[in-house]
This record gives sequence, structure tokens and C-alpha cells, in this order.
Amino acid sequence: MKSAVVVFPGINRERDMARALRLISGRDPAMVWHADSALPVGTDLVVIPGGFSYGDYLRCGAIAARAPIMDAVRAFAAKGGLVLAVCNGFQIACEAGLLPGVLMRNAQLRFICRDIFLRVERSDTPFTRGYNAGQVIRIPVAHGEGNYIADGETIARLEGEGRVLFRYSSPDGIIDPNWNHNGAMNGIAGIINERGNVLGMMPHPENHVEASMGRTDGRGLFAGLVDHFKAAA
Amino acid sequence: MIPNEPAVTPELIAQHGLTPEECERILKLLGREPSFTELGIFSAMWNEHCSYKSSKIHLRTLPTKAPWVIQGPGENAGVIDIGDGLAVVFKMESHNHPSYIEPYQGAATGVGGILRDVFTMGARPIACLNALSFGDPKHPKTRALVAGVVAGIGGYGNSFGVPTVGGEVRFDRRYDGNCLVNAMAVGLAESDKIFYAKATGVGMPIVYLGSKTGRDGIHGATMASAEFGADAEEKRPTVQVGDPFSEKLLLEACLEIMAKGCVIAIQDMGAAGLTCSAVEMGAKGDLGVVLDLDKVPCRETGMSAYEMMLSESQERMLMVLKPEKEAEAEAIFRKWGLDFAVVGETTPGKRFVVRHGGGIVADLPIKELGDEAPVYQRPFAELRKQAELDPAAVKPPVAIADALKALIGSPDLCSKRWVWEQYDHVILGNTVQRPGGDAAVVRINQGPKALALTTDVAPRYCEADPFEGGKQAVAEAWRNLSAVGAKPLALTDNLNFGNPERPEIMGQFVGCVRGIGEACRALDFPVVSGNVSLYNETNGRAILPTPTIGGVGLLDEFTQSMTAAFKREGDAILLVGETRGWLGQSVYLREVCGREEGAPPPVDLATERRHGDFVRSLIRDGLVTAAHDVSDGGVLVAVAEMAIASGIGAVLETACKVPAHAFWFGEDQARYMVTAKLTEPIFERASAAGVPIAALGATGGAVVSLEGERPISVADLKQRFEAWLPAYMADLH
Repeated sequence: MKSAVVVFPGINRERDMARALRLISGRDPAMVWHADSALPVGTDLVVIPGGFSYGDYLRCGAIAARAPIMDAVRAFAAKGGLVLAVCNGFQIACEAGLLPGVLMRNAQLRFICRDIFLRVERSDTPFTRGYNAGQVIRIPVAHGEGNYIADGETIARLEGEGRVLFRYSSPDGIIDPNWNHNGAMNGIAGIINERGNVLGMMPHPENHVEASMGRTDGRGLFAGLVDHFKAAA
Repeated sequence: MIPNEPAVTPELIAQHGLTPEECERILKLLGREPSFTELGIFSAMWNEHCSYKSSKIHLRTLPTKAPWVIQGPGENAGVIDIGDGLAVVFKMESHNHPSYIEPYQGAATGVGGILRDVFTMGARPIACLNALSFGDPKHPKTRALVAGVVAGIGGYGNSFGVPTVGGEVRFDRRYDGNCLVNAMAVGLAESDKIFYAKATGVGMPIVYLGSKTGRDGIHGATMASAEFGADAEEKRPTVQVGDPFSEKLLLEACLEIMAKGCVIAIQDMGAAGLTCSAVEMGAKGDLGVVLDLDKVPCRETGMSAYEMMLSESQERMLMVLKPEKEAEAEAIFRKWGLDFAVVGETTPGKRFVVRHGGGIVADLPIKELGDEAPVYQRPFAELRKQAELDPAAVKPPVAIADALKALIGSPDLCSKRWVWEQYDHVILGNTVQRPGGDAAVVRINQGPKALALTTDVAPRYCEADPFEGGKQAVAEAWRNLSAVGAKPLALTDNLNFGNPERPEIMGQFVGCVRGIGEACRALDFPVVSGNVSLYNETNGRAILPTPTIGGVGLLDEFTQSMTAAFKREGDAILLVGETRGWLGQSVYLREVCGREEGAPPPVDLATERRHGDFVRSLIRDGLVTAAHDVSDGGVLVAVAEMAIASGIGAVLETACKVPAHAFWFGEDQARYMVTAKLTEPIFERASAAGVPIAALGATGGAVVSLEGERPISVADLKQRFEAWLPAYMADLH
């Protein structure tokens, strides 16, 4: 799997992401600068990592969504290329029109960093084939604006088309407001686009990939992607 | 010299915080009256914050050397060798005065400043900690200060991209008028690629890097060198505004030009901005400096020389550049969208010359401004020792179970989760032990080594006996590092006190520094960096003496780091160290009995060392399943914390002759709790090492039960432990 990590000024989890990709795919990703206009030839997976692109001084992700490299990312996605957008990346993907909806401030109006539980809703996508449907995984969140909101019609479509891949849940997989730390509608933590090749998610699977560090719940996502490309080859 | 500058009058000099004697000294040095800009420069360099004039002679007594110390105090941060060609660069610094005036920006720029200190030296920051002291929870300002300071620390560190992994939060009415915000940053560098402030070579270009200069933070350092009166709120314009996005860019750009070999010397613009950084680089290198202010990138037009020299706008650096690398360095800075301007050069004469608008606005002797600034031997009073408190003379007002419940839910001992969940503590993917334990543990790169990090001080001990309190602060940091299995290597100290012109305050300062020095020597735990914050007073009321210690230790194998949580049912619980039931200045005495008195627990440093080495060896050899430092609240609070962290209870008993409440809540030093499956080898080792150790019981069940007492449910303890701070902060709006 050849991956490319897009780096905007102010992005700060690109090293975490690069490490996870290296550990699991066995290959260093290409780091692509925001001012570039093309992705490396032969890229399988584009990753937009977390951070505070441009300080999040306008709206989260709004400036990055208009950076030169994003035209190439949009074209890549339009051709069916896989895009993984995490945290600030999710916000950027929404601002760039790759995904519907918007990430608002957390309901409690505070930044929250903690391990949360996610229920994996489907296992039949390239992003979630490393998990079982209904499986609960524990990975960290670290964001101030992760509260997913969309209009009723969009939510109905997302739900109707099975495009919610991850939902905040209790450790037993129950969807419960007490286990939804940011107030996201329907507990939505991660969604895919209509075509199913762009995933946006708030939590950080890249921070739980090493057994020696305690937990490996994030590994399934990357391992699944590696399998996906192996199967395709 | 320049038209329209105000005349330098005695009133103006006094407004700049300079004494008549200091003014005399200036006149003698110059042989003439200083210009307005020169007066500003002197006030920036000679204030307490920048010159350490009251503290210097005492700081010199601290031990700063060890074979593993690469750089001690005097640079932007301390540097220690951790092997494998790597060095750890760290320092703690206060931002107390600004945080009280404008909590969000004050705290945010405190974090920004300390991060710059670390990456100026060529290190990539890998962790931050912070020690916070606030006033009485009932004071009307406290809640908003907590909310603002915590949001500010998170807002800066989270965006910059460094994990904030530890620290402490305390409340005491003595901080009602002056909160303390002590921020510590830790970075990693290659040990042969450390960058320093000392300029070398004549005619070398001096380059301005980073954000533009604005009118913010003018006289910030001078403000931080005086007490607050009723007008504290009016000092808001002296507080800077932080921009973590620019700082992140500055970090990446600086590390890139350093890697490319462009840098001769580099200094961040912190307190007193352009003035302090230029003077320090020149003075350290025995060189002069010429600055041309017309070339300084400014945010607004029409800024005077005075304003530019005193601005504390954030996210700026000054660098002496290798001339042949100018184009390469500039291209890197342009790529990151940052300003880059050659604003001066080094000169052979030791003069500091500032040009502006075609004229010379300052021409001063650089050594006298910098490393030869005034030094004071301020008078200090030896403080009267408090009498030892006989535990038998303290009647327990409530049952042990009720006292434990009260303590575990008290503002100082309760969980600080509400605070540290607002800090990204997992970014970079190396956080082995998150906040909430004895010390945070952060892996170095891909391992196997890891750093243990902690901040500690018990201000109530320091006030009751500055010497013992200073010793205790160092010993507790050392103990917290040992309790996770790390070998303590070095520390940074952040000394927060009141007005040093009062002999009793100076007495606290001198006593604490002597105690710190004594403990550092006995524990081979040198001071490699630090910061002094004096004048933490409002209307003549001083804070508790608060010499915060930031300790750094090393683990050879990160997977062996030890935690406090009970691991399983049926493990033996052992208490390492001797228990006399010391209640003087204990949290029990204050929170449960409503008394604040007595001598604090004495610290026997040889015992500390022996017990710490013992516990560390048990962890290294895999003989214990949990370890925890016994400190505030004593043995029972330590057991409760281990139970809460695991959800597993404990059955406890003691045959000790000490009165029960003194045994369970006394704060004798040099003690640890450990758990183990097999106790025999531990007792054998303890006996051979001369370490007192006692079986206290076993883990198991869902309650903490003591002989003859009502059992206490772990769930109830956990609820009380977690409840207080969120409930308190919920009343914010």
C-alpha cells in the first residue's frame, strides 16, 4: 500500500499517522506539502491527518480545504481513490465538499482528550474490513470541535445508506448520550461518502497501534486497508 | 536625542521600576543622562524578572553539575545526556502575573514561551507539564481563573502539537490575589547538535525570525517584577497574545535551518523581547551588537524605537547566521510563511547600538546591561521554627472512614481529570503513562528508553519550615520518579515567592533554596535550569512560598514502567518506610481538623535515597505489581488512590502503636506503597538493605476495609474522587 499524507501548516499528527502507516503497511508514506499540486504517482491511499491547519483561525478546515493540493485530492477521490481523513482531516474533508455535514464545537464547549468507545457499524468497507460489524473498539479522541451535525435529510440519507461506519457507544456497544462526549448527532464518529471511498472520522486510530504501548484497537483500520490493496492486486 | 521623546525625569525613572541607586549607576556607566529608549532598555534588563538581581547570589549555591549534565542554568534551558547520542532539554517557567490579569492569554503565552526556550536549543518538544496554584475555591475569581488558565494551556499546547502529560493543581486562599502558572517543557535533541545563545564572530548577520512585532506586552517583564495593587486589571495591555499556529511554524522552520547548519547562535524573544535577546547573545559572546530597527518587521506603522525594543510580541526569534547560508535560511522561512529579516550584525566593541529613523537611539555598554547587571544581597530573616505536633494531642473529629471520604473528595486531593482531559496528552503516540499517576512516562522515539516527568512542591511545608520544605519538594519529585521505576537524573526549579524586599519573604526564599540544594546534593539530582518569580503579592499579602520542582528521570525499558493501580485480587500490600504518624501540616489536620499548624515532616535524605533505590530495584527486577508514592493524605489516601485506579478493594490491618488516625493519615516522608504476589524475596531484600517494611494487608473485594472500621466502598470513593472538580466548575456560567 502506497500512502500519501497531506501536510498543511499547523497539522500536527502527521508523524503519528506516518508511524502507524509505516508499522502496519511496512512502507513509509510520502509526505505531501499543501502547496504542491499533485500527489505522488501510484498513490493508493491519501491521508489527511489531524492538527490545527492554519491554526483553525477561520473555521476548522476552511482554509486547508482551499489549498492547492486539495484539487488533486478531490480529483483522486473522484476517480475512486481511497481517502482517510482523521480529526482536523475530517473537518477539512467536510469543508472541501468531500463529505457532507459539519463539525461543531463539542457540546460542553471544551476540548476533550480521552479514550472513547466506538461501535463499528459495518465490516464490508475497505476501511473497516479489519473489524467485525458490531465490534466495540477503544481509541482516543482529542478535539474541541468534533460535534457532527447535518440537516435532517442528510442524516436520513447517511443512516439509510449505511454510511455511518463508527458511532460513539458504551463499552458494551450501546448508543447512549452518556457515552457521546461531544454531542454528535446519532453518536456519529465517522462517515463515508456516497461512493464509499472517503472516510472522515474524529477519533485517532493512529494512536492505538502498538501492543507495547498498551492498546492496538486502531490497528484494524490500517491492517484492513493493507488487506484491501493486497486483495485488489 | 530624538525629538518628541519624553524627558527623562525622576518620576519617569521610578515608573520604569528603577530605584534611585540604579539610576545613579546608569548615570555613572554612561557619563550622561540616558535617552528615553535607553531608559526603557535598562528597565527591561535590570528588572527582577530578567536580571535575577535578588536571587542570583543564592541560586549560585545550587548544585548544577553531574557527568550527565551537558548544560546547566544560564542558557535557554538545561540539557542532560540520556545516552544513544540523545539529549533531553527542559525547563520550567512561570507566567503568574499575566495569567492573573488575563488567564487565557497569560497561560497560553506561558506555554509558548517555555516551548520556545526548548526548541531554541535545537530540541523538538516531546512533553509539557504544568503546576497550577489557585485561590480558595470560594473566592469569587477562582473559578474563572481555573477555566481560563486551563483553556489557555490547552489552547496553546494542543494546537502546537505537544502532549501535556502531567502536573499539579492546588487551591489555597493564599493564592487569592496571585495565581501561579508554572509551565514546563521537555524536548529531545541529538547531544552533539545543541544550539546556544552565545554569538561568535564579528560582522555576522543578526536575523529576526518569526512573527511581526506589535505593541503588545510592552513592559511585561517590568510588570512581573512588581506587586499587584488595586489596579491589577489595568495592566492587561502588558499581557501578550499567543499564536500557537505561528509557533508551530517557527518550530519547524528553526529545526530545519538548524539541520541545514545555518545557525551560529540563537535566542528566543521572550521577556523584554528584542532587547533581552540581542543583549544576551552579544554579552555572552563578548561582542557588541548593532540593531537597525527600520528593518524590523512590524505589525503596525509608526512604532517608536522604545516600543519595538520593549514589545513582547510572541513567536519571535533572533539568530546569528552563517553569512554564506543567508539565502538558504531565508528560503526555508519563506516556505513556512514567516518573516525573515537581517536587522543587525555583531561588532568588535562591546557596545549595544540601536539605530532608528536614521539616528542612534541607544548606545550602551553591553556587558553591564547583560551579565553584569546589579546584584543584591537582600536582608533576610531566619524564620521561627514551629513546634512538633504530638499526634496524641490531635483528637480525631470523625471516624477514619469519614475522614478518608472527606480527603479523597477535597479540592487538593481529588481527581484533576477535568483539567487534564482538556490537554491533548496522547499526541505523538509516545505517552506510556498518562496524567493522574505519580509521574508521567513518555517513550523516547520508538523506545526502549522512556522519560519519567513530574512536578512537585508542598507550599504549606515550605511556609512552616522553608529549609525542610525545600528539601521535601526535591525529595517528593525524586520519589515520584522512583515510584514509576525511573532513575532520577536532573531537575528544573520554578521558585515562586512574594516581595523579596521584605526580610521574612527573603528568609523563605533563602531557606527553600538551601533546602533544595541540600537535597539535590544528597540525591545526585542537579538543577539544570529554572526560573524565579518574585513579587507574587497583592496589597501586601504574599503567596505561600512555592518552589516548584520539575523532575526528569530515565527508564531503560518503557514496558517496565510501574503504575499505582492494583493489578489483581490477592496481592499483598506492603508499606515501605517508617511511620511515626506525622500530623503537623498534614492535609488531614487542615481538611478534617481545621488546623494548620506544627512543624512539617522532616526529610532524611539518606533514608530517601535508600528507600527510593530499594523500590526502583524491586520494579526493575519485576518483584512488585504496583508502586505508589505516599505523600499528601498519607497511607490511607495512597491506598484509596490505588484502589480507585483499579476498582479493586483492600483489606488492611496494622499492629502499629501509632494512634490510628495518625498512622493512616500522617505524612512521614520516604514512604511508598507496593503490592506483590510473593513477599518473601522483598522482605529479604529489605532486611539486607536496612529498609523498614511492613505488611498492611491484601488487595481484593469491592471495599477498603480496616480493622474495627466501617468498610468503604471503592465505587463511593471513586465517585467522590471524580466529583468535586466537575461539580465546582459546572457553576461557572
